[in-house]
Amino acid sequence: MYQAFLIKYAEIGLKGNNRSYFEDCLVKQIRYSLRAVGDSYQVRKEPGRIFVECPEGYDYDDTVEAISKVFGVAEYCPVEICKSTEWDDILAACRSYVERNVADRNTTFKVFCKRGDKNYPKESPEICADIGEYLLQCFPELKVDVVNPKLRFTVEVRGRVYIYTDSFPGPGGMPVGCNGKAMLLLSGGIDSPVAGYMISKRGVYIDATYFHAPPYTSERALQKVIDLARIISRYTGPIHLNIVNFTEIQMFIYDRCPHDELTILMRRYMMRIAERIAKEHDCLALVTGESIGQVASQTMHSLVTTNAVCELPVYRPLIAFDKEDIVAISKKIGTYETSILPYEDCCTIYVAKHPVTKPITKAMEKSERLLADQIDEMTERALSTRQVIRIMPE
Amino acid sequence: MREIYLDNAATTKVLPKAADVAAEAMRESYGNPSSLHHKGFEAEQYIKEARRNIALSLKVPEETIIFTSGGTESNNMALLCGAEARKRQGNHIITTRIEHASVYQPVLRLEELGYRVTFLPVDENGRVRPETLSEALTDDTILVSIMAVNNEIGAAEPITELAKIVHERNPQALFHTDAIQGYGKLPIFPKRAGIDLMSVSGHKLHAPKGTGFLYVREKLTLKPLIYGGGQQKDRRSGTENVPGIAGLGVAVKEWFDHADEYRNHLYAMKERFVRAMEDVPGAIVNGVPQGNEPLTERIAMTAPHIASVSFTGVRSEVLLHALEEKGIYVSSGSACSSNHPAISGTLKAIGVRDDLLDSTLRFSFSFETAEEEIDIAAAALRELVPVLGRYRRG
Repeated sequence: MYQAFLIKYAEIGLKGNNRSYFEDCLVKQIRYSLRAVGDSYQVRKEPGRIFVECPEGYDYDDTVEAISKVFGVAEYCPVEICKSTEWDDILAACRSYVERNVADRNTTFKVFCKRGDKNYPKESPEICADIGEYLLQCFPELKVDVVNPKLRFTVEVRGRVYIYTDSFPGPGGMPVGCNGKAMLLLSGGIDSPVAGYMISKRGVYIDATYFHAPPYTSERALQKVIDLARIISRYTGPIHLNIVNFTEIQMFIYDRCPHDELTILMRRYMMRIAERIAKEHDCLALVTGESIGQVASQTMHSLVTTNAVCELPVYRPLIAFDKEDIVAISKKIGTYETSILPYEDCCTIYVAKHPVTKPITKAMEKSERLLADQIDEMTERALSTRQVIRIMPE
Repeated sequence: MREIYLDNAATTKVLPKAADVAAEAMRESYGNPSSLHHKGFEAEQYIKEARRNIALSLKVPEETIIFTSGGTESNNMALLCGAEARKRQGNHIITTRIEHASVYQPVLRLEELGYRVTFLPVDENGRVRPETLSEALTDDTILVSIMAVNNEIGAAEPITELAKIVHERNPQALFHTDAIQGYGKLPIFPKRAGIDLMSVSGHKLHAPKGTGFLYVREKLTLKPLIYGGGQQKDRRSGTENVPGIAGLGVAVKEWFDHADEYRNHLYAMKERFVRAMEDVPGAIVNGVPQGNEPLTERIAMTAPHIASVSFTGVRSEVLLHALEEKGIYVSSGSACSSNHPAISGTLKAIGVRDDLLDSTLRFSFSFETAEEEIDIAAAALRELVPVLGRYRRG
């Protein structure tokens, strides 16, 4: 039985003097993620690695599930720990590792050694050779292949000695929390949860804003957004979801402005409101799931006009993605099945048959002057009546 | 806010007396009715009592009642097992274009298995014309399934007349009626009406969900749909849902003690509602025959508890949620949304205009519905329909 996991990180290993800051973030995120599985995991830094020591009788699958969702984890390896650094103990541990974990021994192998403890009496090539020879004696059916071994038998000699053969890819990226916070405009669709996931993967905390328009959007549509936020919170950590009632503003725009501009004007007010909330939450950017040309409100021209109302940078991680690529990620992260549930979101409620695809900012501003007498008051009302729910991963 | 529940065709509130007896069966008479000891005997008494009440309500022998998990199972059993029982006599099945999915889907399954199926059209009020049935019947016809009351528009089918046509033309053929919306609402006596199989659901009549029965006329033996421990004389295996059946028995007794009174009350509510629709701009009532006869007479040709109304230019889902905000609960005539079109078969079959298919709501009343509630609902519609009609797509 594996007693621990060795976790390798990629990118943050390249950092300079502040590397330990990033490592600490990663340790914190791994601890947080494991807290849902059990409380007696020991997570600690070693040079270039993070070790997770598991309690007696831990659940392997749940532990892997938790670790594999932590951004910043490049690879993770289930390991066995030698009871001492004595050479005989190491050999015995190697033998029992193979006995326990290698079912098919009619295979090829090579021994790798990482000698973190530079004072250890044997040097790496010697360790590899000796262990290799010993394993061949114990298991005659094993064959050595130094070019393309099927089994990468790895021994890391540090304060303790760790043995592993398997290495699984983690999600990569950077640990959440090392890069500040952003405000995600979350709808019930496929794209925005993916966008939130991707930004979060760069180490960014996420809060979210959802615009709902009762009675045009239903309770179930809102529940769907809450469910989506919960799914991505498994990766991003807790999310404050701001639920803004947008009906009044939507109706007002409908009554006063040209109908082919509705969607763009709505988007502009959504961006304004989201930015106000973002600033209250100390967010440093807005995040949307927009992708060039996907719909009328996401043409290059439309993006210019919606972008024009924001002071904060707007990050659009999916900007150059094709729909099928976005779908592939949403399936991978587990949001797809929820996203495709058939409830209306407020952008699709009354789209014009032929919405403008090349809006001009000046023209939008002109249309918005038709709203001038009441829109500020309505915006304030939308902000002050919003609901905030703290979404925790399950 | 006062709750006004006008969705009684979807489900009804369980009668307190029925809930009490169900709780009693769960907490005290919790035995397995097949057990030989007293606890089993006690549980069995609830089932006997319920079966007696149901048999009395239909004026049929007690052995003709098979308890099921509800309407869907009853319909599945009637169709799948009914067709099998007559498979030597022929290969042709007749049903209508307006059946509920729990009839329609098993029929499609039978079609896959090689049976030939005729789907009868209905007139503009949702009624099967007797001559259409006569023309469709052949020597090969073994099973005819026609619902007693349509769930979407409340059309009442002339089942006595239709059953007679079937039996005269083809004595071997079975006549099944889905009476899930009809039982208790209209006087139906299967023996007198020539019905061989009749499906009923408990929760439409203030009994708990997960209850129902299939009436199988005397001397007709069906193979079971569900095999197992041989409960209910091998006709439907599975430990009986004692609490549910106990509740069903009480609900049936309560209803049939007042059946005429309730029916008159429901008709009065429906008439009041339909009259009120005259003052709602663009409202069109479906399923009530046009003509010079007084409205009361025309409504008497339909089921007493369901009214279907199309609201020109208003999307049903939006209106439904707007009513909900006022505490009024109704159903959309067809469960559909922009992402998931599942336009109602019934509305299409009675020739409702395409632009109204997605603008239709169903209002359904209970014996507890008060005049005042009808008036509040009608007032809400007068207020909301013109407002919501202003905001539309395109």
